[in-house]
Amino acid sequence: MRLIALAWLALLFSIPLWMNDLYVLHVLIMTGIFIIAAMSLNLLLGYTGQLSLGHVAFFGIGAYTSSLMSLGFEAHLLPGMLVTLAPKPVWLGMLCAVVVAGICGWVIGRISFKVRGAYFVIVTVSFAEVVRLVALNWVELTQGPMALNNIPALRLGLPGTFEISFLRKPANYYLVLVVAVVCYVLIRRLVNSRAGRAMIALRENEPLATSVGVDVTRFLVLATVVSAAMAGAAGAIYAHYVRIVDPDVFLFIYTVTMVIMVVTGGKGTLAGPVVGGIIFGLMPETLRAAQIKPEMQWVIYGVLMVLVVYFLPEGIVPAVRNWWRGRQDTDGASQAKAEPAA
Amino acid sequence: MDQLLQHGLNALILGGTYALLGIGLTLIFGIMRVVNFTHGELYAFGAYMMYMWVMVVGANFYLALPLAVLLGALLGATIEIVLLRRLRGADIDTTMLVMIGAWIALQNTEQLMWSGVAKSIDTPFPSSPLVMGVVSVSWNRLFVFVVALLLIAGSYALINRTKLGKAMRATFQDRETAALMGVQINSIYTATFALGSGLAAAAGALLGPVFVVYPSMGDLASLKAFAIVILGGLGSIPGATIGGFILAFMEELGAGYVSSGYRDAMGFLLIIVILLVKPTGLFAQKERIG
Repeated sequence: MRLIALAWLALLFSIPLWMNDLYVLHVLIMTGIFIIAAMSLNLLLGYTGQLSLGHVAFFGIGAYTSSLMSLGFEAHLLPGMLVTLAPKPVWLGMLCAVVVAGICGWVIGRISFKVRGAYFVIVTVSFAEVVRLVALNWVELTQGPMALNNIPALRLGLPGTFEISFLRKPANYYLVLVVAVVCYVLIRRLVNSRAGRAMIALRENEPLATSVGVDVTRFLVLATVVSAAMAGAAGAIYAHYVRIVDPDVFLFIYTVTMVIMVVTGGKGTLAGPVVGGIIFGLMPETLRAAQIKPEMQWVIYGVLMVLVVYFLPEGIVPAVRNWWRGRQDTDGASQAKAEPAA
Repeated sequence: MDQLLQHGLNALILGGTYALLGIGLTLIFGIMRVVNFTHGELYAFGAYMMYMWVMVVGANFYLALPLAVLLGALLGATIEIVLLRRLRGADIDTTMLVMIGAWIALQNTEQLMWSGVAKSIDTPFPSSPLVMGVVSVSWNRLFVFVVALLLIAGSYALINRTKLGKAMRATFQDRETAALMGVQINSIYTATFALGSGLAAAAGALLGPVFVVYPSMGDLASLKAFAIVILGGLGSIPGATIGGFILAFMEELGAGYVSSGYRDAMGFLLIIVILLVKPTGLFAQKERIG
């Protein structure tokens, strides 16, 4: 199992070495960013069972925080209270993006875990919409619909010795890949820990979990904070890769894309968001190559979502796993039958 | 003061259509336990039907209106029969995912059919407003308000005075017992979804000529309808009616005195505050967490 994982990693790391098509690399980078976001959503949707439909807010907050930190800004927080910030290095901006998104996750978690089910979904949707409207209307800070332009690319290095600039696509590809792997490992450790078992217990039967002493709010808020911070990291990478951020990053359709990725791949599995992310990250490009209009693409997404819920309610990864196990079982059974005969 | 009166009048008129949206959504949630994300699409569908009949076909405005509402109800019934019937007994998250899928598919079908360009609809009303002292209102908006009030009254009568309404209320209270008493649950569900969808389509058909018609108009309508329903309490019809008017007043006053850019943020702030202070909403009789 570990060997297979290493082989996959080696393959992924080698791609920029033999793939010279920059467009393909671009598609892979965007897919990777969405996979990070989908993995973070899966932590909430798959492991705690809470459908957060405002996830794009954390992604956008990460993108805006990091961009504003690295560009510097001058804005009135309150009337008469002017805050000025000189441009900071990009890596610091990205760190702040993770922290700010995490803090927002904490606040939203504290507020919205008073309620469940339909109410929770609606609070998260409302939160994302409020954030979008702020990004659109607080022109002094965010430039509103004019967008934040000329966002610097990430540079890492020691002064005077060496410096890596993440202007080119292969460097960005490696950045996304490393962050994705780190997030994957973090989520795996988290869900296999005591906290992860508590989350799954809450998903399966909340009253029962509470009755044995699981602190509901604490674990749900923990999941939200981690999830929001990862989405914020994805947003920060996105901002410094495409180098322009406008309020459209908060569009609901991106949350829907993440939800489709998680649900199709298999919520509550580690590999699910990756599989779903690859399918739905590459599908737009395939459809575009087939001359299909973007509206048609969304119609297909919507129909697929309905079909997945009807026919693969668990998602692709659990379905494949069950099929594989079933095959092995029947193999074992047929062998057992065959032996006495021989 | 004059300005306040004018805002108040605008809010009252807008509130009527908001209440229609809210009643439709709360009926569907209360009776079927379905968080209906297609609600806003039915609103957009109503507006587009109005556009199609009046501007493309050239039908009479007053004839196009009931036609748009009927077609909306028909689309709602179709969605219920095709998508939701096989999900009876599924948990609320599953139906929610299906409704999100349906919403995305519907909205983009609208965009494919009518393109993303905003459309306006001609009305038979005089363009000069009706001036009443210090305030004025356009004839079109006045018409919208009157029709909305009639539809609200009609919904109340349907639910409280007819046999169908009685069956709906029985299903709302206790599905199993209602079924035992001979209520056809499936027909009640289809009727409820059709009625709720028809009301949303009516709101769209009424407001389409006032504003403009564009494919994503349903998104905000959906979210506002959620805000109204949460404010009034999920499943409460009087709550949705009053919630519609409260949201309209907040939006008008917010737009007038704070910033017009944040007009649409009012509903969401309202949701967040209500859920912090009184999660059951203002009028729900008991805790109804879906």
